[in-house]
Amino acid sequence: MSVDTASDSGALPTSRPGRGGGKLAARRLLLAVGPVLIALALAGLLLAALGVNPFEYYGFVVERGLLSPTGVQQTLTRMAPLLFLAAGLIVAFRAGVWNLGVDGQFLLGAVTAAASAPWLVTFMPVWLATVIVFVLAAAVAMLWSLVPALLKAYQGVNEIITTLMMTFLGTSLANVLVKLVFLDPGTTVPQTRTLPVADRLPRLFDTTISSGLLLGLVAIIAVHLMMTRTDFGLKLRVVGANPRAAVHAGLGVPALTIAVFALSAGLAGLAGAVDIVGVQGNVRADWNPGYGLTVIPMVFLARFNGFAAILYVLLLSVLSIGGESAARRLGVPNHFTLVLVATVLIVLAIAEWLDHRFQQARRA
Amino acid sequence: MSTLARQNGDTPILALEGVTKRFPGVTANDNVSLAIWPGEVHVLLGENGAGKSTLIGMLSGLQQPDEGRILVDGVPTQIRSPRHALSLGIGTVYQHAMLVPTLTVAENLLLGDRWWKRPRKEALRAEVEVLAKSLGMKVDLDAVASELSLGEQQQVEILRALLRKSRVLILDESTSMLTPAGIEELGALMRRLVERGLAVVFITHKLREAAGFGDRISVLKLGRKVGEIAPERFRALDEEALIAEVVEMMFGQRSGDPEEDPGARRKPHASGPVLLSVRDLRLAPTGTHPGLHGVSFDLRAGEILGIAGIDGNGQKQLAEVIAGQLAPASGSIRFDGAPIDGLTVGQRRDAGLRYLTDDRLGEGTVGPFPISLNLLLKQVGQPPFWTGHVERPAEIERHALRLIRSYDVRTPSERTPIGRLSGGNIQKVLLARELAEGAKVVIFNKPTYGLDLANTLAVRDRIRDLADAARGVLLISTDLEELLQLCDRIAVMAGGALVGTVENGADARAQVGRLMVGLAA
Repeated sequence: MSVDTASDSGALPTSRPGRGGGKLAARRLLLAVGPVLIALALAGLLLAALGVNPFEYYGFVVERGLLSPTGVQQTLTRMAPLLFLAAGLIVAFRAGVWNLGVDGQFLLGAVTAAASAPWLVTFMPVWLATVIVFVLAAAVAMLWSLVPALLKAYQGVNEIITTLMMTFLGTSLANVLVKLVFLDPGTTVPQTRTLPVADRLPRLFDTTISSGLLLGLVAIIAVHLMMTRTDFGLKLRVVGANPRAAVHAGLGVPALTIAVFALSAGLAGLAGAVDIVGVQGNVRADWNPGYGLTVIPMVFLARFNGFAAILYVLLLSVLSIGGESAARRLGVPNHFTLVLVATVLIVLAIAEWLDHRFQQARRA
Repeated sequence: MSTLARQNGDTPILALEGVTKRFPGVTANDNVSLAIWPGEVHVLLGENGAGKSTLIGMLSGLQQPDEGRILVDGVPTQIRSPRHALSLGIGTVYQHAMLVPTLTVAENLLLGDRWWKRPRKEALRAEVEVLAKSLGMKVDLDAVASELSLGEQQQVEILRALLRKSRVLILDESTSMLTPAGIEELGALMRRLVERGLAVVFITHKLREAAGFGDRISVLKLGRKVGEIAPERFRALDEEALIAEVVEMMFGQRSGDPEEDPGARRKPHASGPVLLSVRDLRLAPTGTHPGLHGVSFDLRAGEILGIAGIDGNGQKQLAEVIAGQLAPASGSIRFDGAPIDGLTVGQRRDAGLRYLTDDRLGEGTVGPFPISLNLLLKQVGQPPFWTGHVERPAEIERHALRLIRSYDVRTPSERTPIGRLSGGNIQKVLLARELAEGAKVVIFNKPTYGLDLANTLAVRDRIRDLADAARGVLLISTDLEELLQLCDRIAVMAGGALVGTVENGADARAQVGRLMVGLAA
């Protein structure tokens, strides 16, 4: 009856410990890195078609994003908000909650930080003000996710729709707040009051790298460990993988769902705060960097793994910092970075499909 | 079997010649040769893992043989895909329902039509009406598939295969979800189909069904065909002799049908104190289940109380209300002397009230998760497996290895995703989870559905052992034989109410039968 160990459908190969593990890891690595390389080549062809030498462009991106001292410092600083966003997305996606509203949550967190920080530092120690700003930003972002959370938890309303709708509203609300409520009377530019550079997050050592980078790394590693090593993370993963099994096992699915929204949105709000308190200092009207939607593909490429996400966020950071410089120097539009990321995603999807077909063909 | 069909059928519709199919570590089919003739019900018998599903997979285009060939109408043919199989006239009804859960029954039935044509809903409605009438089943075309019970979903699938004008209808354990009356009806339908010259491939675990409805029996064992009974011999043998011959093939030793062994029937017990007391449970009906209407009963320690009834008459809702998954509109439940109405699923479980669901993959387990975590699915966060909310892998592994050993789960490792195990082994994992440590009352919902004989008998032994250890057992089953074998009392459920309770005795079968069809006992 040893045959009984094979699934009755016989369709799935049974992985045995200690054999094929290395091969599996190699295949995963190939599937993760291969699409990126292919996408770089395809985007290179596109650059060539635009009359730009792709090697010059990529060389410039790498040089400006990774190799030059100022470039690498900018890149690492840029990672801070992206890491917080990735952490928030990993919590949500692993729990099966597709929070696509991170940009709205990010902006509201940013506006909250920009509104409160310059005022708070006038009468309290900077460290305390910073803590309070972070708490406020997270709280406002959480509040903004409450409607989708309640609708999802108690009515089963698809959160993809509700969070996207709320992100449009949130972006507008952030703008309204900047222009009407928190406007800096001291300038003619519509923006909030500016946090003095001295009161921003300290820089690391003798560099211009914001210590927000460390906070971001702590956040994403903490989220990764929470999801993989704790009972709370396991409960969230059960809800994500099979909600009916979660009900059957007696997990409080609505409460867990609301907790996921709160965590995810809270981290997005912190991303906004860390960008304001660490780098920007204020929020200008109509400012919307759209970090959230560019981080989502990175999180998918990383298969919701926190450590892999750090690497992909670094890649995105290099591309966007380097891309901004290249845009100025070579005349390639700034948005070319997005084209590159989109190409990576499409190639990734095709690679997944081919891999799936290959696996099937091997079994058949 | 009609002689007409035989005359124009001197070549089989489908034939396998020396087919071998290997998977990593397993030879699922080893040099199997089979012929499917028009006008015959060809019964495929074999335990879980005998290779039946793989064989079906190759006939229906899901898998390709490694060696050997498949002939359609005598012509060697590569069946490339399920769609190709359908176009060749091979329709399959799988063991696990394969409907699109978010679509209605009508939409599911219309899938696969030409996409540029307007869905022919009205024509379908008329067609279904005729077919359903001849089948004697009720089909609500507007119900959403996910809200149907497993049994109802399977009925829709049979209907779909028939609507596609299949020449060969493969029924993969289709009777396992049906009531005794439903099985008889399906059997009669199979006879009508083969009289029209169709071929039916009928996969079952139940020897009596094989003897009752078949023309030809092939027996698979560990991937090899170990025997075949041709129609001439089939008709020459009476039922007992036939079953004896099949059992000889399957188990290599002559023995009576173990399902009918009178010694296996449990002696009624002197019962202990009331463990579970359910009073006047009510639940509003919905479009998909009849609700509950004043359900009351007592369950004593050492007692096995059966709930008989046709699938979808509120049994699942009753189980879920008692387990705490579903809140009743009114009524009360006392467990072990104390009311538990306010308790959560987890608190009821901790108190010793366990529920073994019938939907093993849908809600009982998380398929991609390892066995070790599935064993602890209902204890997440509890010491010693989690301390201070942090997982302790060593404890979890030790716990898993202990249960895997004592419940004889066949698996390469405790880290294997549970979705890769066979049905029998998944059920062993669920048994281990629900029965281990402190079970006082266990609700079993169709515990042997889809299991092979060996696993079925093992599960029934577990149920008996529980009662012998003065636990209470509520056994929900659509298998009357099972209830008669195991229970002290059998309550019959229809339309969300208990319509009568019968002490298990000599005439219990007739009484339960009468109650099930709506006559007073």
